[in-house]
Amino acid sequence: MRVWLPEAVTTTAPEIDRLFYILLGITGAVFLLVQLTLIAFVVRYRGRPGRRAGYTHGNLTVEIVWTVIPALILVYLAVHSQHVWAKVRGAPPPPDLEVEITAEQFAWNIRYAGPDGALGSADDLLTINQLHLPVGQTVLIHLKSKDVIHSFFVPQFRVKQDAVPGLTTRLWIEATQAGQFEIACAELCGLGHYRMRGFLTLEPAEAFQQWLASQAPQAEPSEQSS
Amino acid sequence: MSSDASHGPAGFWRRHVFSTDHKTIGIQFLFTSLVMLLFGGLLAMLIRWQLGWPGQPLPFMEKLAPDGMPGGVMVPEYFNMLFTMHGSVMIFFAIIPLLVGVFGNYLIPLKIGAGDMAFPRLNMISFWLLPPAILIVCAGFFLEGGAAASGWTAYAPLSTTLGPGQVCWIVGVIVLGTSSILGAVNYVTTVINLRAPGMSFFRLPLAIWALFITAIIVLLATPVLASVLILLLFDSTAGTSFFLPAGLIIDGVLQPNSGGQPLLWQHLFWFYSHPAVYIMILPAMGIASEILPVFSRKPLFGYHSMVYAIMAIAGLGFMVWAHHMFASGMNPALGTSFMVSTMVIAVPSAIKTFNWLGTLWRGSIRLTTPMLHALAFVSMFVIGGLTGIFAASTPVDLYLHDTYFIVGHLHYVLFGGSLFGIFAGITFWFPKMFGRMLSEPLGKLHFALTFVFFNAVMFPMFILGVAGMPRRIYDYTQYAHLAQVGGLNRMMSVAAFCLGLAQLLFIANFFWSLFRGRRAGDNPWRANTLEWATSSPPPHGNFAATPTVYHGPYEYSVPGREDDFLPQHIK
Repeated sequence: MRVWLPEAVTTTAPEIDRLFYILLGITGAVFLLVQLTLIAFVVRYRGRPGRRAGYTHGNLTVEIVWTVIPALILVYLAVHSQHVWAKVRGAPPPPDLEVEITAEQFAWNIRYAGPDGALGSADDLLTINQLHLPVGQTVLIHLKSKDVIHSFFVPQFRVKQDAVPGLTTRLWIEATQAGQFEIACAELCGLGHYRMRGFLTLEPAEAFQQWLASQAPQAEPSEQSS
Repeated sequence: MSSDASHGPAGFWRRHVFSTDHKTIGIQFLFTSLVMLLFGGLLAMLIRWQLGWPGQPLPFMEKLAPDGMPGGVMVPEYFNMLFTMHGSVMIFFAIIPLLVGVFGNYLIPLKIGAGDMAFPRLNMISFWLLPPAILIVCAGFFLEGGAAASGWTAYAPLSTTLGPGQVCWIVGVIVLGTSSILGAVNYVTTVINLRAPGMSFFRLPLAIWALFITAIIVLLATPVLASVLILLLFDSTAGTSFFLPAGLIIDGVLQPNSGGQPLLWQHLFWFYSHPAVYIMILPAMGIASEILPVFSRKPLFGYHSMVYAIMAIAGLGFMVWAHHMFASGMNPALGTSFMVSTMVIAVPSAIKTFNWLGTLWRGSIRLTTPMLHALAFVSMFVIGGLTGIFAASTPVDLYLHDTYFIVGHLHYVLFGGSLFGIFAGITFWFPKMFGRMLSEPLGKLHFALTFVFFNAVMFPMFILGVAGMPRRIYDYTQYAHLAQVGGLNRMMSVAAFCLGLAQLLFIANFFWSLFRGRRAGDNPWRANTLEWATSSPPPHGNFAATPTVYHGPYEYSVPGREDDFLPQHIK
C-alpha cells in the first residue's frame, strides 16, 4: 500500500480526485517553471569581476502578461471547482435513505428510522460507532453534536463535514463499492479526539436491509415476558 | 556623538531597559522573540517525538513535565497542549514580534530618515506589554489542568470547557493584541509624518511599504481579535452565551446556555486571523524586496506593481477569511464567494514572485548569507502559495481540510516564507544593529542545513495529507488507512531534530559575531537606503543631520556611474 490518496468509494469522490490531479498538474508546472528559472538566473547571472548588472526598472508589457495569465488560470480553476462544489455541496438528490449522526466526546451516535420509516420516532434504531450504508443508494446524513464541534471524515468519501452543536449540518453520498472503512473525527474535540473512531460498512442494499432488520430491538419480547 | 550627547538619556534603566529609542526597543523585541522562537521549536520537537514514535517514553521529560509525560510517556492532553502552545508561541510571540516588532521598530525611522518614532513612549509600552503576555500565556503549564489545549484557533465551545490555562491564554493574547495595536498606531503615524525631505511615498523602500501596510492591517484587524477574545472570556468565566447554543451537554451535565452560535467564533476569529497571515508574510516580502536588489546590484523589477500588489493583498486579505470554514456547515454559497476571493488573492502573490525573478534577471548576483535566505524565501513562498490553491478549491479542501496537507501549507508560508525572510533580515541588518559582521561560513552552513532539513520535515506533510492523515492527532496508528505512514513520520521527526540542532549554529554565530565579528563600517553591503548613511550602530537620534533624499531606493548599476550603487541621500 502506498502513502497517497486512499481508494475512492462514492460517486463524487472520483470527481474531487480529478480536480485534485488538475491542480497538481498546473501547480506542479508553475512550481517547476519558477524554481528552474530561479536556479537558472542564479547560475547564469552570478556576479563575476568586471561584469556589471543590467539597469532596468521593469517593463509594463511583461507585468501585464504575468498578471493576466495567472488570472486566467485561476478563473478556470474557480469555475471548475464551483462545478464540482455545486454537485457535492449543492441541493442533494432525493435520498433513498436518511441517517442521523449525533457526535459527542468521543463517539458517533447513529440513528436509523425504524419500521415506521420516520427519523426521530420511538422505534428508531440506534447504534454507536457502527455505521452501515447501502451501495448504489443516495444517503443523506444529518449531523448534530451534543457538546463541542466534531467533524465527520471518511477519507474514502473525500469529504468531511463538521458537526456543530445547535445546528444540523448535512452531507450526502452515494457509495459505489462495498467494503470496511473508518470514520475519523477531523476537528479537535478534546483529549479523546484521536480515538474518536467509527466503523463504516458499505454493503449491497439487500445485505444492508438484513443488517438493519437484525438491529431491531430484539430485547422487547424478553422484556414483555419478564 | 553630539546628537547622542544632546538626546541620549542618562542611566542604565532609561537607556537599556525602559528605553524610548526605537533601536533599543527593536533589539529588545529581537532577543525576546528569538528566545520564544527557540521555545516554540522545542515544543515542536516534543510533538515530533510523539508522532515519530507514538507512546515511546522520553525518560528525561518525566522530570520536566510529570503530569504531561508520566514515566516519560506523553498523555493525549499534553499532546494537545503542545501543539496549541507551539502554534500560539510561534505566531503570537515569535513570528509577529520578529517581523513587526523587530524590523518595524528598527527599520522604519532609519529608512525614512527620522530621528525616532512619532510616539516613543507608546513604543516602549508596546514592547513592555510583550513579556507579561508571554508570562500569562505560558503560566498555563504550571496551573491545574495545564496549558491551553484547544489549538491556536481556540474554537468554541471546546475552548470554553477547558481549565484555567485556557483562560490565561485568552487574557495573554488580549494583552499581546494591545501591544500590536499600540505599535501599529506608531508605525502608521511615523511613516506618514516623519519622512525626511525628498522621501516621497514612491521613494519609500519596499520594506517600509510592507511594514506600513501591515500596520494598517493590524489597526483594522487586531481590535476584532481583542473583541472576540473578550466575548470568549465572558463565555468561559461569566456564564454568557455568545458562542454557546442551548442544549449543550458537557461531561454529562446539561449546560444552562442558550442563543449562542459556535460559527460566530470562527467568523470573527478568522476575520482577524486571516489578515494575520498577511501580517506574517508582507514584512518578509518587504525584506526580500530589499535584499534581492542589493545582491543583484540591480533595481527592483516593477517597483510600482510591487507596491500595488502589497495593497491588493492587504485589501483582499480582509475578504477571504471564511476559506478556513468550507467544512464548517456554513452556507455552500458563501463557500463559493470565499473561494473566488481566495483565487483572486493569488494573482498579486504571483505578480510579486515574477517581479523578484525579474530582479535577478541580468543581475550580478552575490550569494551572501542574507541573499541565500532571501532566495530561499522566494522559492519556499512559491510552494506555500501554490499549495494554498488546493485549499482554496472548495471541493478539494473538503478532503484536505484539517489534514497534514494544511499543516504543510502553513509551514511553507510561515517557516519557508516568514522565517527565511526573518533570517534574511537578521543576517542583513545585523551589521547595522551591532556594528559587526556575522561569520559568512557559519552563516552559509546554517542556511544550507536549515534549508535541507526544513524541506525534509515539511514536504512529506503534503503527502501525509493526501493520504488522509488528520492534523492534531495524538496517535495515528489506530487508523487502518494510516497503517503505512509510520516510516515517513519517523524520517520527518529525525529531520526535525536535525533542523533544531542546526539552529545552534545560528546562535553560536550570533553571539560570537556580537563580540568578535569583523567591524562592519557604515555600509558593508554597498546599499542605497538611508540606514546605511549613518554609523553602525547608529547614534541616539540616528542621523547627525537630517538627510535629504534625491532618488528611489534601488538605483544600482546606474549607467555612466563608476560605483554600482547610488545612495538615496547623494545627489
